[in-house]
Amino acid sequence: MRTTLALISVLAIVAFGCSDEDVGYEPTPLPLNIPQIFSDNIISPVIPTDNPLTVEGVALGKRLFFDTILSGDGTQSCASCHSPQNAFTDNTPTSDGIDGNFGIRNSMPLFNLAWNYGERFTWDGKELSLERQAIEPVQNPIELHSDWNDVVTRLQAHPEYPELFESAFKTSTITKELATKAIAQFERTLISANSKFDKYSLGEATLTENELNGLNVFMDEARGDCFHCHGSPNNPLWTDNIFHNNGLDATFTDLGLGGVTGDPSDNGKFKSPSLRNLAYTAPYMHDGRFATLDEVINHYSEGLNNSPTIDPLMKKVDQGGVQLTEQDKADLKAFLLTLSDPSFINNPSFQN
Amino acid sequence: MKNIAIFVSIVCLFLTSCSNDNDDSIRDVITTFQFSHNWNGETVTNEDFNDFKFINENGETLSIERLRYIISDMTFTTMSGEDIELDIYNLVDVTNGTGLFFSPDTTIPSGTYSNVSFTFGLDNEDNSENYQDLNSASFNVPAMLGGGYHYMQFDGKYLDADSNQQSFNYHSIRAVDNPGDNPNFPQDTFFTVNLGETTFTNDTTIEIEANLAEWFKSPNLWNLNELNTVLMPNSAAQIMMYQNGQTVFNLKSSIQ
Repeated sequence: MRTTLALISVLAIVAFGCSDEDVGYEPTPLPLNIPQIFSDNIISPVIPTDNPLTVEGVALGKRLFFDTILSGDGTQSCASCHSPQNAFTDNTPTSDGIDGNFGIRNSMPLFNLAWNYGERFTWDGKELSLERQAIEPVQNPIELHSDWNDVVTRLQAHPEYPELFESAFKTSTITKELATKAIAQFERTLISANSKFDKYSLGEATLTENELNGLNVFMDEARGDCFHCHGSPNNPLWTDNIFHNNGLDATFTDLGLGGVTGDPSDNGKFKSPSLRNLAYTAPYMHDGRFATLDEVINHYSEGLNNSPTIDPLMKKVDQGGVQLTEQDKADLKAFLLTLSDPSFINNPSFQN
Repeated sequence: MKNIAIFVSIVCLFLTSCSNDNDDSIRDVITTFQFSHNWNGETVTNEDFNDFKFINENGETLSIERLRYIISDMTFTTMSGEDIELDIYNLVDVTNGTGLFFSPDTTIPSGTYSNVSFTFGLDNEDNSENYQDLNSASFNVPAMLGGGYHYMQFDGKYLDADSNQQSFNYHSIRAVDNPGDNPNFPQDTFFTVNLGETTFTNDTTIEIEANLAEWFKSPNLWNLNELNTVLMPNSAAQIMMYQNGQTVFNLKSSIQ
């Protein structure tokens, strides 16, 4: 009997010991905090099965996003062109890279990216996932002008990064794939859904008469007809996330989506940006040609340029646009500004 | 022992009998609805978009750039007149080539049905619901027009008398008057498409063809020079779409 008890004790100790060893470390899952205005109205966000969000992954991604170690000369980070105070875009028409060269496209604001169901990112849709998108700016000669092999070497030699990768991905061997996975995780947490209009939709705020008329201009097919491409109270992303030629040019120096697909019928098409946070994201359009919202509204009202691929949703092209009254223009602007979300640009979780 | 043998024989008889019954019994079949499109018989897919290759009944040359529509409430009417209605909807998106095949989760009993039908668009009850997928697809109708959803978004361009390209937005919705806080609705503009008697012996694909030219043909000869854009708040245009839509859809085949 004594022998049996001893054996059981030994087995128990072994089992206990094995149990401890078997419980391996796992990063802490981090479910996206989906705002009510989204869960009430639109389908779930897209989270790749091979890159679920974790506390450690998001923290690593945030650190990388703000770290100049990604650039060739250590002077710029992702945030250099995607500033939190500008809803993660830049305040210039196009942005200069580390060598002082400017690109041809306006830096896109970054928020609600997990709800881009088609998963085509950037103005021309050439990037088919957030993870793939994050690869490009690092090695682009007019952006961070770095080399991923060099970046990985620098990260690997860093006193803290290997441990941070270990925590996020259970390996201290750093790769560009893991680095971009982490950045993508952080970017998916950039959620903006707390504007004055969101509160109005939830019954927590009221709109002025001018703002309400602006909403009507936005939703009225005979006036603004903005809703066909830019969402609505029922689609609070305020974008359809697809590509349109909105009549900016009669001929194209930048083919946009057409340059990616090779289909001439896609020439001059660019992604509809979200209308959230317009108060912080000037200048506007894919090339930042419009400095103010007034210029944008004037474009749709009387500044359209015809071309073979102009979207048929552009109205009265022969007259230059929908011919809004000055009052409707002012009210439309007032409404659009209700879509801005100061709590987003000031969210401590999104600051360096 | 004799009793046991008798018992086994009886059990065998039952089992055999059951087996025979199963062979003859009604079984559940899966239905798949397949949507194909043509222009007076010429096949139309998204490969044919963005090309001025179609001529409508009024003689206008046009191109298609975007086409998507909702079908809902698939209904199977038994020979005794009972309806099996599936309270579902599907967005047929020809532009992106999605929703062209649609298999309801609900199976139906095999047999012959006096009619198979579906609704083009959404009936008023369904149209008052909040659908996350349709919201995400930006298919909504503004609240000032009664809310709900487009039945169809058919966008393209036509050549006017001077051969200039002009836009059209043939958007079908619930006809509405007095847009604003208190719109009213002159008549329903969703409609039922009847496909006729169909027998379902096994899992079946019902191919429905839509002749897009019919939207412009009869009973209302559609003149794109007069009716092209801003048709959503135009209840008369909506009723004309409703009338023309009656002959758009047909049963092409039923494949078992």
